[in-house]
Amino acid sequence: MSTATAHSDHHHKETFVSKYLFSHDHKMISKQFLITGMIMAVIGMIMSSLFRLQLGWPGESFWILNALLGDKWAPDGILDPNMYLALVTIHGTIMVFFLLTGGLSGTFANLLIPLQIGARDMASGFMNMLSYWFFLASSVIMVVSLFVETGPASGGWTVYPPLSALPEAMPGSGLGMTLWLVSMSLFIVSSLLGGLNYVVTVINLRTKGMTMTRLPLSIWALFITAVLGVLSFPVLFAAALLLIFDRSFGTSFYLSDIHIAGELMEQSGGSPILYEHLFWFLGHPEVYIVLLPALGITSEVIATNARKPIFGYRAMIGSILAIAFLSFIVWGHHMFITGMNPFLGAVFTFTTLLIAIPSAVKAFNYITTLWKGNIRFTPAMLFSIGMVSTFISGGVTGIILADSALDINLHDTYFVVAHFHIVMGLSAVLAMFAGVYHWFPKMYGRLMNRKMGYAHFWLTFITAYGVFFPQHFLGLAGVPRRYYENSQFPMFDELVGLNEMVSVFAIVGAMAQFIFIFNFFYSMFRGPKASQNPWGSNTLEWTTPVEHIHGNWPGPLPTVHRWAYDYSKPGKEQDFVPQTVPLEEGELDGGAGH
Amino acid sequence: MVVFFTVVSVVLAVLAIAQLIRVFEVTSRLKGGVSPLPSDSENKYQGSMMFLFMFAYFGFFAWLLAKYGDKVLPTSGSVHGDTLDTILAFNFWIIGIVFVITHIFLFYFAYKYTFNKDRKALYYTHSNKLEILWTSVPAVFLAVIVIYGLSAWIDITSDAPEGSMVVELYPKQFDWTARYSGSDTELGASNYNMIATNNPLGVITKTSIEQMSADLEAEIAELEEDLQTIPQGGLKYEETKERIAKRGRQLDRVRSFEGLDIASLESGNDDILKKNEFYLPKNKSVNFVFRSRDVIHSAYMPHFRAQMNCVPGMTTQFHFVPQYTTEEMREITGNDEFEYTLLCNKICGAAHYNMKMTIKVVEQEEFDAWLSEQETFAQSIAPEDEGGEGMASESGSNGLEISMIEQ
Ligand code: HEM
Ligand SMILES: [Cu+2]
Ligand SMILES: [Cu+2]
Repeated sequence: MSTATAHSDHHHKETFVSKYLFSHDHKMISKQFLITGMIMAVIGMIMSSLFRLQLGWPGESFWILNALLGDKWAPDGILDPNMYLALVTIHGTIMVFFLLTGGLSGTFANLLIPLQIGARDMASGFMNMLSYWFFLASSVIMVVSLFVETGPASGGWTVYPPLSALPEAMPGSGLGMTLWLVSMSLFIVSSLLGGLNYVVTVINLRTKGMTMTRLPLSIWALFITAVLGVLSFPVLFAAALLLIFDRSFGTSFYLSDIHIAGELMEQSGGSPILYEHLFWFLGHPEVYIVLLPALGITSEVIATNARKPIFGYRAMIGSILAIAFLSFIVWGHHMFITGMNPFLGAVFTFTTLLIAIPSAVKAFNYITTLWKGNIRFTPAMLFSIGMVSTFISGGVTGIILADSALDINLHDTYFVVAHFHIVMGLSAVLAMFAGVYHWFPKMYGRLMNRKMGYAHFWLTFITAYGVFFPQHFLGLAGVPRRYYENSQFPMFDELVGLNEMVSVFAIVGAMAQFIFIFNFFYSMFRGPKASQNPWGSNTLEWTTPVEHIHGNWPGPLPTVHRWAYDYSKPGKEQDFVPQTVPLEEGELDGGAGH
Repeated sequence: MVVFFTVVSVVLAVLAIAQLIRVFEVTSRLKGGVSPLPSDSENKYQGSMMFLFMFAYFGFFAWLLAKYGDKVLPTSGSVHGDTLDTILAFNFWIIGIVFVITHIFLFYFAYKYTFNKDRKALYYTHSNKLEILWTSVPAVFLAVIVIYGLSAWIDITSDAPEGSMVVELYPKQFDWTARYSGSDTELGASNYNMIATNNPLGVITKTSIEQMSADLEAEIAELEEDLQTIPQGGLKYEETKERIAKRGRQLDRVRSFEGLDIASLESGNDDILKKNEFYLPKNKSVNFVFRSRDVIHSAYMPHFRAQMNCVPGMTTQFHFVPQYTTEEMREITGNDEFEYTLLCNKICGAAHYNMKMTIKVVEQEEFDAWLSEQETFAQSIAPEDEGGEGMASESGSNGLEISMIEQ
């Protein structure tokens, strides 16, 4: 099929609708995912600024809260506790799923997989289009849920029952929660349609010479991410389905022995712990679904801009595979204090600490890639180096949390909030920015403004650490997460200043993102035109014309002769050798090991 | 602070706008043949910034340590907590060293190997020796961490020692109740079908079964009377009928508790229920058991390094030995108002942030004296008490309200 589409773009006239809306073209779908993800991210970011106002200055009145949320949810400019929980919940949901799963994988898997493996398009353009439309529908429903009378889902992004199952437990568990479940179900369908497509495409549509051990690491990462998603999202789907049954049809999968709001519930025999197991069976692989594409992007950007082969290509693939496998057998570390059998807890501690090893290997390999490199500081490169820093800073605290004994006192405190925001939130967001700056010329044929990129990077990087690093100290002082305010506990009085500082950083950091948004849209229309291979890269996407065409390459598909990392190879004139350049007599392919 | 925040945001906004305008000018001037790649001076500048950032980052860390390092939790009030604090410190040293070393390399390399067009990067693709090195060294350290951590974990989660005192912590939205076993060493049986205003934990005793049955019978009778006045076939009629059936089923379950053996029906009588504050004796092992009435809560006692989820439908446990009285802790911390505190640490609804109890640790004699003054469960539900009254209001009339919320 892929060869059949080897026609050029002016073959059949496209209407606006078929080009921009119902496109089957992976490049257009990638942009659709990116823009939708960005819109969701802005919503999620504004939410975080709103609840940071409350956390920094509890009980103080802010007109903006009232202006945005109205008298019901912010009377007199003071956030309502139920709305606080709603904001935290939807913020988490949007960031984890809509930005860093749908947005990140959707954008870069779509853009890079066909271009970097040398394919005309995804295996199924139609499924790919459906994947985006399910994503859009689920985004719209999630946003709509913000406007229902009783408020959106408010039980935390993990929506544990019974809290999320019973409308009596909190207003957000009414219609808002129903919409959350509907939205997530559509989201899962979108992920599965996308994921299957990515897997099939990578396996079947690689161009001649593109063996698995010549794939760029970005493709390896996106490929394994898709495998993880395909294997774990169905479990979340089951969890959501059972929750829908419990909520609407009187079953008791998760409910038992409940007496709430003065009334006895007759559900009996279920267990909320079952939900936690199902949720985290997805939930942990999910964090790697977020992280692996980020690592893939970082690998490309670092190698390209350090003008140096990625160090330990095979070890990098090995660690991706190890992480992927192990990520399925560590979920219990989110449940150490649910009363699980202590022996089981011990097993999960062991497997969790195992996963730290391949993670560490990746970090060391990035650092070694920089060693004796020739580093060009494009904005993408800055973001990638920043990503390596956050990956390390957040990863090391995972080792503390994985220690079940220590987790007794740290679980659900701000220490956990600090850990996962740094290792997952920051790493993935920084890498996503890196990806946008790096591949913007490929997506839009223009360059983004570098100066604004620099300003954006430093403001983001500094404020991000300013927000999350101090939260370790809050956690070590025993401050629980998801508290509307801490002033009910005199033991936290001395930490007020810290919370204010965090809020200032958060709000400044949020405002800095508008530099990026401005730069993005400005450059899209008025940025300087990009050349075909602006960064001097080896990978195949830079052999396609700047103007997008269906089928990607005007002539026959390129043939691959070498791995993707021949940067600064001795004896070569230029400091890069594209994958399409044949090996010379006696020349060894760099990725081939010994 | 609001002023500070406003000033900072205004300054930054102005700076950002100024920067944007400048950038605009630069771009419009250069449009056309702009190089996508950073100039030499840009590379140099950003490389130095990276290095500077490293110092700023470490400096920030040090400043936080200096300013907030002593605001973290004080010395552990429990025996096992000391072990945990030692392990935590040990782990922190390891990850701290890794953190510092890797960051020095990362930012130093970024600075040192900044682009220079007369230099070529080293073509260094892989080294199996290095990979083995940095697989095995972390593995060794992690093995130590696992063994050290798990030895404590197994200790802490083992069964409570013989002769431990039992205390139940029972949460609901949004408060806690503590229950002591009284003069016997066993908590009376309990069940959520038995929950009433004067019996918030649903303790099962002969008297509470009688009261509950009587109340349910009365409610059923009342509902049946209502039914006569409601026109048949309507929604209200169906609802009332459904209510009667539900109360009937509850009544059956309540009656079935009469079949429990005498000993368990007796042991609830001397139980003691406390709200807001509860006492623990120093140096005595306490085995906490947890249930929950509505949603998941988590009993978090940070000063004791103790936490356990409270899950409806199951019982969980955690035991520890308090090692300092509240008074002693006040001396240790130099804080006259120090209190051991129980917090809820699992999101459970609007007032999750305000679900607490104070824990007083006292010497054994004081504890015994305190306990003997408390009202027992049997006393609290005795008929002359007002308690029995309120139940109707809790389980009686507001059922309809709730079915309205559901719609
Ligand atoms: C070095 C490897 C890592 C280890 C040992 C580790 C360990 C842990 C542990 C034990 C927890 C549970 C803490 C608790 O709730 O008490 C946790 C939470 C979390 N981790 Fe990690 N982690 C690691 C890396 C990562 C990475 C790479 C990501 C994401 C890309 C990540 C994302 C998260 C998230 C999202 C949570 C919190 C979920 C929640 O409770 O809302 N972790 N981590
Ligand atoms: Cu996890
Ligand atoms: Cu609670």
